[in-house]
Amino acid sequence: MAYSDKVIDHYNNPRNVGSLDKQSPKVGTGVVGAPECGDVMKLQIEVDGDRIVDAKFKTFGCGSAIASSSLATEWIKGKTLDEAMKIKNTEIVEELSLPPVKIHCSVLAEDAIKSAIADFKQKQGQGGDSK
Amino acid sequence: MKLPLYFDYQATTPLDPRVLEAMMPYLTNEFGNAASRSHAFGWTAEKAVEDARAQVAASIGASPKEIVFTSGSTESINLALKGVAELYSDKGKHIVTSEVEHKAVLDTCKRLESEGYTVTYLKPTKTGMVTRAMVEEALRPDTILVALMWANNEVGTLNPVREIGELCHARGVLFFTDATQAVGKVPVDVQADHVDLLCLSGHKLYGPKGVGALYVRRKDPRVRLVAQMDGGGHERGMRSGTLNVPGIVGLGKACELARTELAKDTEHTRGLRDYFESRIFAELDHVALNGDREHRLPNNSNLSFAYVEGESMIMGIKDIAVSSGSACTSASLEPSHVLRAMGVGDELAHSSIRFGFGRKTTREEVDFAIDQVVKAVRRLRELSPLYEMVKEGIDLSTVQWQGGH
Repeated sequence: MAYSDKVIDHYNNPRNVGSLDKQSPKVGTGVVGAPECGDVMKLQIEVDGDRIVDAKFKTFGCGSAIASSSLATEWIKGKTLDEAMKIKNTEIVEELSLPPVKIHCSVLAEDAIKSAIADFKQKQGQGGDSK
Repeated sequence: MKLPLYFDYQATTPLDPRVLEAMMPYLTNEFGNAASRSHAFGWTAEKAVEDARAQVAASIGASPKEIVFTSGSTESINLALKGVAELYSDKGKHIVTSEVEHKAVLDTCKRLESEGYTVTYLKPTKTGMVTRAMVEEALRPDTILVALMWANNEVGTLNPVREIGELCHARGVLFFTDATQAVGKVPVDVQADHVDLLCLSGHKLYGPKGVGALYVRRKDPRVRLVAQMDGGGHERGMRSGTLNVPGIVGLGKACELARTELAKDTEHTRGLRDYFESRIFAELDHVALNGDREHRLPNNSNLSFAYVEGESMIMGIKDIAVSSGSACTSASLEPSHVLRAMGVGDELAHSSIRFGFGRKTTREEVDFAIDQVVKAVRRLRELSPLYEMVKEGIDLSTVQWQGGH
């Protein structure tokens, strides 16, 4: 499998690896994929107002999956939630020059962003209800 | 040390210089067609082929007349299975094989099923072994052939070939074994082991690619085949086509070396393999051995590094050449059918790496590989959400995963 230079760069120097406090009301966590499929991505966002001020990830998966999630954290940092929701997997495919067999890695990264945002919004909603 | 280092000896092996030396005359001056009976060019080629036939036969305890040269194990398997099925179809149409066979056997069996044969695919033990009892239970009055590998190409598990051979002979069923990975690694004796048909391949034992052999027993019982290729009637009518003289000479020499250096090669590769495993297990936790610790090829180590996906692992150890059971490294995007048949979860199958040790592998190379593997596993586990969850005390089997495919 030949990888693009960008995939190799993200694999060798992944951006924003780590974890945020998942209990924090300002943090949204998305975990997508399944171990038996060979891909699990955990992507977390810290939100201030409606802006993503920090993002972290951890990924179990191939080099393209690691690169897709690393790139996703890079892209969403500083974006508003609405802007982050608009990121499409095809943009990740293009940026990393992913071959067709690796498109699912980009889909998973898009799902991870949406899942983290949904988790954050749910927390906010619950927070609102309890007040 | 010249990088990358080769640790994929189950996939193929480098040509032994002594094999190349034996082949050279037949790649240059001695170019005759072994079937030419009218001149010295042909006679020289024919003699070289017959010498090689004797060398191949000696390496498996056969007689030279029982050796048919082919292009390799895939062809030998096709010839054995289809040839036997066609010839013995009046006696029955049932074949017994296993789920962990090489695709060359599995796909040939599927073809035979589409032609009206019935195939029983035995499920192996958790270590990948097919036992005599499993075979016995599967035999039917219309069983004509049992086809089982001697040694598994992924996990290296050795089947109890002799016990299964005895059973087949006692029941009057032909026994074919795919010994592609076994010849040169473990003693093979078609008489003592009750084998009727056996395939081997040159490039797996430091010989050339594109040449192999099929052993076909000539007495007790005499095995007959329907040829699968029509033509000039070479190889006693079983395999037409001008003989690949240099390749056959190389195969002969490789088999001779495999026989004479078996003990040395075994000791060398087993020593390195055991050293490799002892250090890996000492330095890393959550590593599982796939296969049978005891009944295993001496040069094979198939390990699952839990919570690290195989393809990303291979990227991380790019200076050493290995294979993975991960779906991502296969064309089919399915994890290893062997590990699946053994009941290894897909999760661990995705994390499996096969390391192979060979005649030329050095201790220095193994030390380098160990360092690369340990470093890559530690780094990728820092990146792994699964490892983090396990460290937090979460049982992964209780997690509801979402968005998988």
